[in-house]
Amino acid sequence: MIDFIAIVLIVTGIGFFAVGSIGLLRLPDLHSRLHALTKADNLGLGLVTLGTALLAGSLATAIKLLLIWLLVLAASAASANLIARHALERGDER
Amino acid sequence: MNDSGLVNSLTGSAITICVLALLVTLMLGLVRALQGPSLEDRLAAVLLLGTGGVAFLLLLAVLWSAPALLDVALLLALLAAVVAAAMTRQESRRD
Amino acid sequence: MNALLWTLLDLLLAAMLLGLGWAAVATRDLKRGVALFIAFGLLLALAWARLRAPDLALAEAAIGAGLAGALLLAALRDEPRHEKLAAAHSRAGLWTLNLLSVLLAVVVAWALLCALEMGEGLRLAGAVTDHIGQSGVSNPVTAVLLNFRAYDTLLELAVILSAVLGVLALGPARRGYGLPGPVLGGLIRWLVPLLIVTAGYLLWVGAHAPGGAFQAGATLAAAAVLLRLGGVDRAGLPAAAVSRWLLAAGLLVFLGVGLSLAGLGYGFLQYPAGLAGGLILVIESAATLSIAVALALAYVGGWSRSGSTQPDSTQGGSH
Repeated sequence: MIDFIAIVLIVTGIGFFAVGSIGLLRLPDLHSRLHALTKADNLGLGLVTLGTALLAGSLATAIKLLLIWLLVLAASAASANLIARHALERGDER
Repeated sequence: MNDSGLVNSLTGSAITICVLALLVTLMLGLVRALQGPSLEDRLAAVLLLGTGGVAFLLLLAVLWSAPALLDVALLLALLAAVVAAAMTRQESRRD
Repeated sequence: MNALLWTLLDLLLAAMLLGLGWAAVATRDLKRGVALFIAFGLLLALAWARLRAPDLALAEAAIGAGLAGALLLAALRDEPRHEKLAAAHSRAGLWTLNLLSVLLAVVVAWALLCALEMGEGLRLAGAVTDHIGQSGVSNPVTAVLLNFRAYDTLLELAVILSAVLGVLALGPARRGYGLPGPVLGGLIRWLVPLLIVTAGYLLWVGAHAPGGAFQAGATLAAAAVLLRLGGVDRAGLPAAAVSRWLLAAGLLVFLGVGLSLAGLGYGFLQYPAGLAGGLILVIESAATLSIAVALALAYVGGWSRSGSTQPDSTQGGSH
């Protein structure tokens, strides 16, 4: 039963990754593409983390998984901001 | 690293399919890295690859009961941020 | 069904790697090439993970993707005029290169075939597993690197030192960066301590799980790179006088241990039974510091002229 829930979570998570990928490909400019990217980071990885935490052997592993997700959240939020800001500045210079 | 009972079970196969699907998704994202047109677009694709890579490693870690892969995922997340910082500090005029 | 899935996965991974590798090398646009190279490094780390080689995956993520990427980007920054590669000049040169590449490919393919045909018989993994009890550590990779083939690692540290000496000989540090914006500053403030702690963790855990000196050193160097990007010109390194010692520390400690053991009658780098674990940890700690300083110096480009570790506050400062 737990396995089933975990798989559903993981599959949904990967679905969000697909959304992020397709958004990265199809959206018209950098800033909208960054929006697509952050969906993959937050929801995609979050659901995958939740699913794998359910399948993990121990509480310690589950906590480690959660911490990795939080780290990716913080890092990718900052990174997306940096990229967007950099693109803005270079756009002004052209 | 030993295989847990997970690898050969139905759950294991399901996870393997998920890993495969994830890899296909990442391949799609890589097209953006190939096309650009700007460095920022390629960096966005690299970040997607980084986050997807973390998911890839998490799934493998659970599939094979290999906690070492969690360390790899941690390092990947950290270094992806460093690469993003390095790429965006490419300012040519400000400094 | 499982076997089919894994075969598909491997084929996909291999195809992506080959495609990325080719695109990274074949492109004329240097920025594109560097971005693709970083992606290639990331993907290679995933490939190592798939091959159940976490030590290699750690090293590839830290060095191959992270640090090599940062180094290439730094090089790109200093050469804005050369962002498009000029067309190759000599036909003869091109043909020679092509021939050599084909030759290399043939040799590698032949080596692979030989390895596949070997089958049963003396393989490294079996030999290591048999003797791991005597090595002082339980991670087989560390056992090979720091005990059974310690001499090779000693020479690797010497090679790294020589390479950095070459970098240092080329001139002073590159020009630094200005003050960071709020987001970058905030990111650095928590990422650098996290990287340092992770480095310490990787060093410690290397004895019984994937990790070790090279991975830890690279992680520390990544922290230095981040500091440099944040405007700390010396990238967190101590003054040149201290840094020189740190640079040599790995090699010195390694040699020191080896020679002392030889002097005491055990033989060069033949660890006595009870002390192996402790000696390996000491050597790895020194090596971590050396590797970190070496990679950081390679990134900075040389000894930095600024005398303090204060962020360089000059706006648009160019040396």
